[in-house]
Amino acid sequence: MDLSAINPVLLIAAIISAATPVLLAAIGETVVEKSGVLNLGVEGMMIIGAVTGFIVAVNTGDPLIGFAMAAVGGAGLSLLFAFLTQVALANQVASGLALTLFGLGLSALMGQSYVGIKPPRMPDMPFGDLPNMPVIGPIVFGHDAIVYVGLLLVALTWAVLKFTRAGLILRAVGENHDAAHALGYKVKRIRTMAIMFGGACAGLGGAHISLIRVPQWTEGMTAGVGWIALALVVFASWKPWRVLLGAYLFGGISQLQLNLQGAGVAIPVEYLAMSPYIVTIVVLVILSADKSRAPASLGRTFHASG
Amino acid sequence: MIRLEKRPQVSAFMSYATPVLAVLATFAAGGVLFYLLGKDPVQSIITIFYDPIFGEFSFYYRPQLLIKGAPLILIAIGLAMGFKAGIWNIGAEGQYIVGAICGAAAGLAFYPMEAVWIFPLMIAAGAFGGWLWAMIPAFLKVRFGTNEILVSLMLVYVAEQLLASMSLGLLKNPEGFGFPGSRNLQQYASAHNAEIVAGTGMHWGVVAALIAVIFAYVLLTRHRLGFAIRVTGEAPRAAHFAGVNAARLTFFCLGMSGLLAGLAGMFEVSGPAGQISIDFNVGYGFTAIIVAFLGRLHPIGIVLAGLLMALTYIGGDIAQSQLQLPAAAIQVFQGMLLFFLLAFDFFTNYRFRFGFRRAV
Repeated sequence: MDLSAINPVLLIAAIISAATPVLLAAIGETVVEKSGVLNLGVEGMMIIGAVTGFIVAVNTGDPLIGFAMAAVGGAGLSLLFAFLTQVALANQVASGLALTLFGLGLSALMGQSYVGIKPPRMPDMPFGDLPNMPVIGPIVFGHDAIVYVGLLLVALTWAVLKFTRAGLILRAVGENHDAAHALGYKVKRIRTMAIMFGGACAGLGGAHISLIRVPQWTEGMTAGVGWIALALVVFASWKPWRVLLGAYLFGGISQLQLNLQGAGVAIPVEYLAMSPYIVTIVVLVILSADKSRAPASLGRTFHASG
Repeated sequence: MIRLEKRPQVSAFMSYATPVLAVLATFAAGGVLFYLLGKDPVQSIITIFYDPIFGEFSFYYRPQLLIKGAPLILIAIGLAMGFKAGIWNIGAEGQYIVGAICGAAAGLAFYPMEAVWIFPLMIAAGAFGGWLWAMIPAFLKVRFGTNEILVSLMLVYVAEQLLASMSLGLLKNPEGFGFPGSRNLQQYASAHNAEIVAGTGMHWGVVAALIAVIFAYVLLTRHRLGFAIRVTGEAPRAAHFAGVNAARLTFFCLGMSGLLAGLAGMFEVSGPAGQISIDFNVGYGFTAIIVAFLGRLHPIGIVLAGLLMALTYIGGDIAQSQLQLPAAAIQVFQGMLLFFLLAFDFFTNYRFRFGFRRAV
């Protein structure tokens, strides 16, 4: 075992990158849940984003177009969920599960001729020589564009929810949909838009896995990251900055266990690979005492009876 | 003018009609999917749903219906009890894996001894393993209020790693020339879950599934506990006032579904699968969720839905070899079924009214 092989600067840089998929998915789901909808289909939307982004990037040769289409793909799949829960008024838990099962199948079908291909490389950010700076360089400037998009989305979500009228309306719909309806807000339209935003974010996160983290396509490659994103939202008490914190915690554990595997620690690989999931459970347990922050209408179906 | 109105009571007719409508709609949408994949849609549907039962080689496929249906039904019965009470065990796949590991381990511990009590011991160990794995989310939910959906699901990934570790380490066949995977239980008479009547596919898992169906039916319709389950699902507050102990109900529902999933895993590993290997689990735990919903959370419905899902697996295999239909197409097909079911379910709870409503 050789722990000195782990470079702390590179480790921190890697953690920031490793946290990005789960961060994107979780920030999207935060907005969805703030509007009062529980979408358990995050895993399905992520994997559809992963496969769509991969296919488009390979065929166009441009990863950025791939990411854009991944967001479109995720949002497209989320429309199915929006239809089921907002139009057909189906149970949100069951509909979310259906979305995940369907997404996993559809992605396997779409991606079957893309196994073993390498995607085009993401262009570097136009930072010039900055990434070569000691310590700060790799940590602050050494990432791909999507990492910064993720951070930007966290800040934007926080600002919109806290300071804007649109954010206030979204929160009102999530806290009490009957009152929001009585005030004249279009509950279903607002929720559908929130669901699509969540789908687009999850799609981006999935594409970050298939285009940058791994980078190639394999069936079921999101491996539960979508579910961890759902846990993160609870962990973060529906607060954007705490989502970021949680994502780094999770990214840190999954990256650290990879590094420990690489360093040849005397713990079997399988037990190290379990650790992110176990830590997620432990964190959920610690934080589940505080339910006060959950949007009051979360998971309830809205039907205007008037 | 057309208005949408919530029905005062769930429509009994529609709740029976919905699954049938959903299956028909899935046929149609599946046909379109197969067409887009460049296959003849009618031929594909016939290959998947007709040939396994009535086709030329049906004598070979019919037993498969029981072999593939039994674990689905066994798991779905347990899940349905929880779903009825609003307790969402999504991690049956994990409980299935742990049940299989415990069952196989109990048998392999006595290899090569031959005794009649080994197989019953394995059944007990498998049930215990699944139960124990489900007790984790149950305990955390009752003690700390942790969301059981997320915990049970996380435990699936933990169980998959455990399975890999077992097939590469503790349970690896010492005479397996270094290949991953345990000894083959089919070659160990005392531990083999053999067919009870040769050529029918009828193994002990099928018997267990039948017992579970009857047990669940009696429980849900005749027993006080079944009443508690239904009340809790429909009106948790009313259940509280009726003296239902929510904690005990959570332990029961999660424990029962874990136990049945563990049994399913144990019967699979000692019979059709034969050994613990890295790719032992094939997603029965997740498909069983579809089975439970398609069967309307009713034991009899689950039997029918389980057989239908088993048919999609078998037909899917045939279509894969004969029509070169990709394996994932069947997964998409199963997913669509759940979508249509949820969408059509709308009509059991709501109805359209024509004309203006009178002022009250």
